[in-house]
Amino acid sequence: MANDLDRAVSRTISDKPSRRLAGKDLLGIQKIDVSEIELILDTAESFKEISNREIKKVPTLRGKTVINLFYEPSTRTRTSFEIAAKRLSADAINISTSASSVTKGETLIDTAKNLEAMNPDCIVIRHSSSGAPHLLARVMHVPVINAGDGAHEHPTQALLDLFTVREKKGKLAGLKIAIVGDILHSRVARSNIHGFIKMGAEVHLAGPRTMMPAGIERMGIHWHASLLELIPDADVIMMLRIQLERQGGGFFPTLREYSRLFGLNLEVLKAAKPDVLIMHPGPMNRGVEISPEVADGPYSVILDQVTNGVAVRMALLYLLVGGEREADRSSL
Amino acid sequence: MNLLFKNGRLVDPASGTDERMDLLVEEGKITAMGRGIPESRSGKGSSPKEPSFPFLLRGGVIDCTGKVLVPGCIDMHCHLREPGFEYKETIESGSSAAAAGGYTSLACMANTYPVNDNRAVTEYILRKAREKGCTRVFPIGAVTKELKGESLAEIGELKDAGVVALSDDGRPLMNSGLLRRAMEYARGFGLTIISHCEELHLANQGVMNEGFMSTLLGLRGIPSAAEEVMVLRDIALAELTGASLHVAHVSTAGSLRAIREAKARGIKVSAETAPHYFSLTDEAVEGYDPNTKMNPPLRTAKDVTAIIAGLKDGTLDAIATDHAPQTAIEKDVEFDQAAFGIIGLETALPLTLRLVHEGHLTLMEAVEKLTLQPARILGLDLGRLKVGMDADLTLIDLERPKTIEVSQFKSKSRNSPFQGWKVKGVAVLTVVAGRVVYHDPGIF
Repeated sequence: MANDLDRAVSRTISDKPSRRLAGKDLLGIQKIDVSEIELILDTAESFKEISNREIKKVPTLRGKTVINLFYEPSTRTRTSFEIAAKRLSADAINISTSASSVTKGETLIDTAKNLEAMNPDCIVIRHSSSGAPHLLARVMHVPVINAGDGAHEHPTQALLDLFTVREKKGKLAGLKIAIVGDILHSRVARSNIHGFIKMGAEVHLAGPRTMMPAGIERMGIHWHASLLELIPDADVIMMLRIQLERQGGGFFPTLREYSRLFGLNLEVLKAAKPDVLIMHPGPMNRGVEISPEVADGPYSVILDQVTNGVAVRMALLYLLVGGEREADRSSL
Repeated sequence: MNLLFKNGRLVDPASGTDERMDLLVEEGKITAMGRGIPESRSGKGSSPKEPSFPFLLRGGVIDCTGKVLVPGCIDMHCHLREPGFEYKETIESGSSAAAAGGYTSLACMANTYPVNDNRAVTEYILRKAREKGCTRVFPIGAVTKELKGESLAEIGELKDAGVVALSDDGRPLMNSGLLRRAMEYARGFGLTIISHCEELHLANQGVMNEGFMSTLLGLRGIPSAAEEVMVLRDIALAELTGASLHVAHVSTAGSLRAIREAKARGIKVSAETAPHYFSLTDEAVEGYDPNTKMNPPLRTAKDVTAIIAGLKDGTLDAIATDHAPQTAIEKDVEFDQAAFGIIGLETALPLTLRLVHEGHLTLMEAVEKLTLQPARILGLDLGRLKVGMDADLTLIDLERPKTIEVSQFKSKSRNSPFQGWKVKGVAVLTVVAGRVVYHDPGIF
């Protein structure tokens, strides 16, 4: 059975993608177009099944090296990228700040140049500075994937969210997406706003006005002062992590008040549509922005998001790394 | 050597002169202006210090046909980094950059190391300028000791040592009570306080203008209000104390409204902006180039329009560079980690002339903001073309095209967002006290 599937997949997945993304890198959702998003989601769909096999591996990227360069702690995203690379038979190398020369004061550019000298095929970077992946992409010839930069973007999170919603709802256009919480500091929110609006959905935001960044309306969103206001019409409710240290920053008085006004619990959820989807990019503060009953309840697709993350990242690695690189071809 | 500038278009804002005539320089001073000065009067009195430029071999006659001769440009706000940060810039390299950009005088800010808050540092800067500098250098003293905003620097001693104004530039003076005392005290010495207007709590460690662009880029924003509340505060304190206030690097429409209103009420306030604030908007930050990071930050198109209007109506008296050299160590890093500041001495004149070419300012207005006004604000007897004055001159070719190329800069640093810009109108000859300190090798 597994052999049949393997053959079936290797018929549909060649080592070289028939279509590619327009750019060398994936730095954000803002800069890619609808057809590219669709390409990634469709490709992810064909990859998803690999993770359910007994032998969860295809040879598509054998001989390729993917470096996960993580300057910020991460469990989900780093593991997801590592698994995605390995299921495609690529070698995945993980570098985190504590284990690299970063602690010795090497600049990002120097680190990038040194890594490039070892001839990797792709760099996945997570960094607390917005724009750090752009800096890397500028000095490196290999594809750079943004795994989250500061408060700028987290494009693979948005892609897996789009994938999850499309999978559950069968479409994206026309849906009402509610994103709740700290938009100001959230790269997940920015990427999802770009992504859902591009795909024809409506994006509604709720949260304290202190956590709505300047000019956010110009991104095409609708802001609501109250969570209750957007619950009844929402097809999807995405709760954002509230960083506990924000309490001292003057953004809201207390976590108690935040939770009372913007926390999602069963009581609030009563007003929701019967087929509403509850999402959270993680990590969750259970009992603050989302109650445990909601997080683990029937509407929650929070763990589906994690599962789909692997498929989406496999798709992306395949589309950016699969086949020969431009540089390889030009050197022939 | 005596120099005769033949057939140039002389533009002198002080006298309102804008006509074709000759100008004679003898022994470092302007000795005659008018039509048909005989060539026999040039070429005498060579000085051993002077290199022999080809045009000087032709007897000191400089054919200025089609070019504009103006008083030497004065930059009232730059950072020469010496002492302390000589790897970024020195008085020698900074003044060479200035000369190449058409500047003959520089006023340098006090945020050196050690800070220019005492006689020793002021005298060091003046001595270095005499020994190594090719332009005039006027030190600006600190308002507070070590720019800490805690206690007044010895302003009397600084004045005596030769500072021309006072500023804690780079650090806003957050303590309003102390600024009030500083203004009162400085007034007694006839010194203007140059204010870096930034309310630090509002700026909140921001790295670019707060607005739609900062939201898209996920960068921490500095709202316009961070500048404006301090402009308003400083105006109120200038009114209270009767001191003269100069607002540095104005970047927002709201600051302009406040300054315009204060001037109308007769408060002693003057203001400058820098070329980047009328040449770029915060959209330039897209791409995260740290050379678009400065403080105050690049603002919006509305602010740029207001700045240009403020230059036109005189609310903004002067154009200064805020030349702030930084090296790769400070700039080739993540945007939010990068140092603030860009260099400007070698780009300010062509960027200002863009406003002339685009019809926003007359040539006279532009020249005034680069020469006469900075001289007036700093109390310098410079910035005019007049018989008997020191011959500080800038010869401009208004039509000469140039592609800005940072690798050609005389500055030690390269942090300019204008790399690759195509501009028109550059300084082709710069003269300080009758001595040629820069000439465009493509012309002479």
